Order: sequence, then C-alpha cells, then structure tokens
Amino acid sequence: MLMRSIWRTLDRGLARDIGLVCLADGVVGLSYGAISVGGGLPLWVPVLLSLVVFAGASQFLFVGIVAAGGSPIAAMIAGLLVNTRHVAFGLAVSDVIGSGWRRFPGSHLMTDENVAFAMGQDDLRQRRAAYWAGGIGIFVCWNIGVVVGGAAGSVITDTDVFGLDAAFPAVLLALVLPALRDRATRTAALIGVVFALAATPFLPSGLPVLLALAGMLFYRAGKPALEVSR
Amino acid sequence: MTNTPLVLVGILILAVGTFSLRFAGPVMRSRFELPERAQQLLAAAAIVLLTALVATSALTDGHGPAGVARPAGVLVGGVLAWRKAPFVLVVVAAAATAAGLRLLGVP
Repeated sequence: MLMRSIWRTLDRGLARDIGLVCLADGVVGLSYGAISVGGGLPLWVPVLLSLVVFAGASQFLFVGIVAAGGSPIAAMIAGLLVNTRHVAFGLAVSDVIGSGWRRFPGSHLMTDENVAFAMGQDDLRQRRAAYWAGGIGIFVCWNIGVVVGGAAGSVITDTDVFGLDAAFPAVLLALVLPALRDRATRTAALIGVVFALAATPFLPSGLPVLLALAGMLFYRAGKPALEVSR
Repeated sequence: MTNTPLVLVGILILAVGTFSLRFAGPVMRSRFELPERAQQLLAAAAIVLLTALVATSALTDGHGPAGVARPAGVLVGGVLAWRKAPFVLVVVAAAATAAGLRLLGVP
C-alpha cells in the first residue's frame, strides 16, 4: 500500500532522476564490492556492511582500514564519525519518514541522496514519495552492485575513470541549489563550507562536514528557508 | 589475515550505532512538537551539511586536495544546475567532464 501511494505520487521526471541516482549508486556498489574483495577481505564483509550499515562513505572507510591491516574497532569508530551527520538529517526529515513502525525502515534507508531529494520537493506528499522511492531504490541497487562487484572481482575497481566521483557531488549540488536561493540559508551554508574545507587537512573524515554546522551561527532567517508543510 | 570475530563485532557495532544516529531524529521529533522556527532551523542545518558535503567531496580527497578533473566536473554540473538544465544532463555532464579530463591526462 505504501509502495502504491509512492508510485502514484511520484511524477515521471522525478522518478527518472531518482532512477539515475540509483543506477549510479549501483555502479559505485560494484566498485566497492570489487575493491573490498580485491583488498583481501572475504565477500561476506562488504555484503554484510551494505545490508546492515548501508552508508557508503563509512563502508569504504571501514574496508579500507581493515584491508590495510588496521583494527576493526578503529574502523568502526571512523565509520561512526562519518555517519554522525545522520542525526541532523533525521531531525530535518522526520515528518517525511512518518510515525510508528515506518520510522524503523525509514531511518535505515536514510542516505545523503534521498534526504536531498526529499528536501528539494515542495509539498509533504512529494517529499515523502521522493524519500521512500529514493531510499528503497538506492538500497536495492547498492546491495545488488556490492554482491555482483564482490563476486566478479576486478570488473570495476576505479569508478573515477567514469567520473562518478564528480557525479555524486554534482547530484547533491543540483538538489540543494533551490534551497540555497534563500539568502539566510546560503550565508550559513557558505560559511559552513569554509569551516569544513579549512578543517579537512587536520580532522578525521566526517568531522569537517559536521563542523560546517557552525555556519548556522550566522543564520538569520527572514522568511522560511523551505516551506514546511504539515 | 583478518580476525573474523573482531571484524564481525566491528560491523555489528557500526550497524547499531549508525541506525541509532539515523533513528535519533525521528524519535526525538515524535516525543515533542517543535515550533515553526525550530523546524526552519533544522531544514537549514540539513542544507548546510549537504552543501559542506558537496564542497568536501568535490574539492578534497582524504586530507588533501582532489586534483583538477573532479572539481571541474562538479563545476560544470553546478553551472548547468544553476541554469536549470535537466537533472540527467547535470549528472552526465559532471561525470563526462571529469572522465574526459582524466583521459587527457589531467589529474
């Protein structure tokens, strides 16, 4: 029933955009699986991580540290640091996720991409549809990609050849751009960017992005940054 | 050789921790109603985080700069998005620019 209402609400253009991002995530999943197995880890490690953690950046970090001979506990801590931003995302999209049992799958399906898709929609119904369709689609594509990539080994280990490392920031940029037309949000975001970039050489990954929240000290709202419909 | 039980423990703690981080927002919000002003701040905070993620993933790699091809690709995508080009074009142009520059030997 949830699925049917998602599909009825999504317009064709948005469904196509989400499909494209799912496909790109699947290709990154291929490379993640291949890199993990190529680095000497058994296939179950990247596959289990993808199912139960389902957060790309922290997964790359985890297998990178463990494959290089580092401690799995250090890898776990590094992964958690990278994922701390989800607290802020969860606060922002909780009405999109809904209440009751939906909060469980809805929280697990939270990614940068579907949060950005949801924030880019005008009304709550569209936001909900974008969030859930994006979350479910990315989960399916990502996990299939990881299994195939890990099993096939070195098909695609370097997605940089296809420029996918540029595609993902561009995806998020395109999705946040409408919200950045609001002056107060833009000021806070740009100051946040300066903080994050300045901290990158010194702090472990994950923390610089979190530090960008200091930009919110410079947030002076005139009118709502995003119309919050409820 | 990887220490299987320890890897498993690491993965499971990471999974539980990550789920808790994701679940914290919806749980807190269902406990008490937030005023309009606070919701506006939360929405802006999410945009600030996503923008910082764009900047760090476009311009940096690990603790250093990301080279030229990737920022150039993101810039092309960003300009197209700003000119309200279709999303598909934004994504494909960003990837193609970075891939093309690398083919030409640009780092």
